[in-house]
Amino acid sequence: MELGTLQILNEARASRRAAVVVSDLADGSSQAFVEGERIPPEWAEPVSEALHSGRPRLVDIGERPLFFNVHLPPPRIVAIGAVHISQALARLAPVAGFDMVVVDPRTAFATAERFHGVELLADWPEDVLPERPLDRYTALAALTHDPKIDDYPLRAALEARCFYVGALGSRKTHASRVERLRTQGVAGEAIARIKAPIGLDIGAASPAEIAVAVLAEIIMSLRRRDVDLPAEGAR
Amino acid sequence: MQNEPNILDPLAVAETWHGQGRSVALATVIETWGSAPRPVGSHLVIDGEGNFQGSVSGGCVEGAVIAEAADVIASGRPRVLEFGVADETAWRVGLSCGGRIRVYVERIDG
Repeated sequence: MELGTLQILNEARASRRAAVVVSDLADGSSQAFVEGERIPPEWAEPVSEALHSGRPRLVDIGERPLFFNVHLPPPRIVAIGAVHISQALARLAPVAGFDMVVVDPRTAFATAERFHGVELLADWPEDVLPERPLDRYTALAALTHDPKIDDYPLRAALEARCFYVGALGSRKTHASRVERLRTQGVAGEAIARIKAPIGLDIGAASPAEIAVAVLAEIIMSLRRRDVDLPAEGAR
Repeated sequence: MQNEPNILDPLAVAETWHGQGRSVALATVIETWGSAPRPVGSHLVIDGEGNFQGSVSGGCVEGAVIAEAADVIASGRPRVLEFGVADETAWRVGLSCGGRIRVYVERIDG
């Protein structure tokens, strides 16, 4: 593979854009195509097929053995609340291959000292999310317990069809949350997609254990999500 | 250029190593049959000293891929390797899970 191909690919991955690398197995040449950029007509069909299916595959085109590798954006976790659970989650998420962003308007919580190595935005979700839209490759975990901070991003995540939407809080807290969201006009079917109480039931007690339970639930939702077009790992 | 790549990201490691003047080979799973431990598209990156990051199997055939990578780095010619229980070398390197995989090994040039 030419260094230039690798650089284009890594740049696309860093900016959360899908990319396809086509390798000619016979002569070792390769080229990278990035979603949203102009694709030469002779490559348009197989590259667009690869981007849609998300499946890498080997094809012979004109007797040349070509390997199409597909690189979809890595899933991302957006945690609302720079709380103790988020601190543990921020350390676990990169190991499991997730990008992570923490949003909390309370500057006492959202300090660089408490969060190393993840992006930290000390602002209201209302101000952050329009600039950094949620998408299907995003998991949203609302972890503040505070309706003033949690409710807006929960609505935004349901609307953006995030593959995971979870909210911290007891059954009672969640029942009043459901009531509020209903009054705000959110459909019952959408509200039912919120995972609450948050996290797989592994009897987690400490904030770190709850973070493990949340991450496990996020992985389960990613691998078992409904997709219009099957992607690698989907069941 | 990242100075400290995420060691769990072989493609980032490949670019960093190349930037440090190391010879680099990239191995990619291009085909699988049966229960292969790593999906098609998975990467293993190897340098001229035999250092590696990533995986193309659950650790079953990495050793053989690393050995072949040294030749690919020296010659610059890519090659396709096949591993599986059906292989006559199964007693030496093979997939205990019973699957079969093909791995493409190429040098990073530039």
